[in-house]
Amino acid sequence: MIETADQIFVLLKHWLVGLLPAGWQPVAGVVLSVVAIIAVFPTLFALTVWIERKGLGRMQNRIGPNRVGPLGILQPVADAIKSLIKEDIVPLSADAAVHFLAPLVLVAAVFMGFAVLPMGRNMTLVNMDAGLLFYFAMGASTELAVFMAGWSSRNKYSLLGAMRAVAQMISYEVPLLMSSVAVVMMTGSLSLTKIVAAQNHYTWGLPHWYIFTPWGFAGFVMYAIATTAETNRSPFDLPEGESELVAGYHTEYSGFKFALFFLGEYLAMFSISGLGATLFLGGWSAPFSFLTWVPSWIWFFSKLMLSIFVFIWMRGTLPRLRQDQLMNFAWKFVLPLTLLNLLVAALWRFLGEGWERWVVCSAILLLAYVFMGWEGMRRGHLGPRRYRYAE
Amino acid sequence: MLGEGILRGLAETARNFAGSFVSAERLTTVQYPEQRIAPMEATRDFPFLVYDGADWEAGLRCVACQICEKECPPQCIYIEKSKDKKPDFTGKPQFYPARFDIDISVCMSCQICVEVCPFEAIKMDTEFELSTEDRFGGLLLNREKLAKPNEHYHKIHPTEAAEVDARLAGEKAKADAKAKAAAEAAAAKAAAHVAVPAGTEAAPGGNAAGNPTAKPVEEESRA
Repeated sequence: MIETADQIFVLLKHWLVGLLPAGWQPVAGVVLSVVAIIAVFPTLFALTVWIERKGLGRMQNRIGPNRVGPLGILQPVADAIKSLIKEDIVPLSADAAVHFLAPLVLVAAVFMGFAVLPMGRNMTLVNMDAGLLFYFAMGASTELAVFMAGWSSRNKYSLLGAMRAVAQMISYEVPLLMSSVAVVMMTGSLSLTKIVAAQNHYTWGLPHWYIFTPWGFAGFVMYAIATTAETNRSPFDLPEGESELVAGYHTEYSGFKFALFFLGEYLAMFSISGLGATLFLGGWSAPFSFLTWVPSWIWFFSKLMLSIFVFIWMRGTLPRLRQDQLMNFAWKFVLPLTLLNLLVAALWRFLGEGWERWVVCSAILLLAYVFMGWEGMRRGHLGPRRYRYAE
Repeated sequence: MLGEGILRGLAETARNFAGSFVSAERLTTVQYPEQRIAPMEATRDFPFLVYDGADWEAGLRCVACQICEKECPPQCIYIEKSKDKKPDFTGKPQFYPARFDIDISVCMSCQICVEVCPFEAIKMDTEFELSTEDRFGGLLLNREKLAKPNEHYHKIHPTEAAEVDARLAGEKAKADAKAKAAAEAAAAKAAAHVAVPAGTEAAPGGNAAGNPTAKPVEEESRA
């Protein structure tokens, strides 16, 4: 029974595919999984938009949307209908072909990332050996879509937003990769399925998730910072700063193309949160050994939604950074720490099983964090801006 | 240490998030169409024309002097003066506006028309639900739509309306007293005219010619 609940989607797929003639089965299996991904994540997107608007409202002591349906739950439906029936405007001097392609490229590239994510036991669309590499390749190609949108619109705000987006995404791609490399070093594999399997065992009822090690915790924090920047979320939402750039690279998009950008951004958030859960939070494994009877896909999606809630919480709290603060933070703080984290991960691997490695690794990371924070503040790379006036 | 401020901020928003569910006084939102806050007394948006009594057309205080039309910075007022006259609140015959239009899509709510009006005829309203499907005709308010009773003025701006009423009552009393004094003076003169011998006729002759018909009426009324 427990086994059935855990594997219900896999069994369902096998049963559906079994109805077809043998020659069709491999293709049908893939199509079915793709359709499932395309159906589930946009639904989750609608739900997230509602959660975000309600949650942000509560953080600002407001009520949030409450007009459409009970508690405003049908607000995303209303928004979808609105964006579908809106006029699709293409600027006269825009490059029409690229302008049309940009949102499609974004959504397609983001959906590709879901292919390698293990969403439950035996629930990976493509169990690739180099899954992580494939994921990052796809994630990096969203930058292309963003720049296509900004360039083809022929609008200074769009172009500025796209420039900022590319600069920011490339800068934060480096710490993102570096923090994931530590996980690869420990697991010895780029396959996301194997990374989950490596974390899915328990000592005294507690899991061996990578976040519960010094290097894993530091890696997770830096991964979270880099993903926030990578998905253009507040406080790193400079590419679409409403108050300074109108809306950044999607200024010239309206109607359903804009909705696709919006969808693409949230899907990127889901997929990168899913990857974070896979790398550091044990993917679909349960947080305690006595909870392993709960279906694995429930754990994966709970971890994903928890990350989304943290994203929303950050957005409700932090003000937007300035461009130079963003770059200073990426290159002078996060990147050195991720490099140090790689060394610490290696130390952890070779110090053996004892308690010494806990002390040594934690001390190195903590000291580095404190020292670099202090030094950055002192030099003015981090922290509030110091104004220098002419004497 | 680096990151302390972020943690403090996160704690603050978490407090707001949880607090907004348990304490209703944190939520400042008014559910507008169902709940309303009464507008403050100094609220103003667009002008309206005050009338006294029951009939708006007869009771309009406006005398079509067109000062507001000339002073209006965005020129949103259009007035046509009447050919005939009707009595105002003191009984004095005055012109009245045959047409009085305000285009509230142009009006900037500056209240200058109210400041310059010598007849307390135009005041600022607080009505804000003025959306319409007809963006031209629906926002061009004519005499009939602009006319609102003095009671409405009392309702929206009680203090100001009381002051205006007191001032108007004072003016009316003054005008009445003046009329009475004039009538008395005229009556006295008429009496003197009757009493004096025919030889002194030349001196008050101008006065007598000035109101030749009034005298008998006044005398009758006093008697």
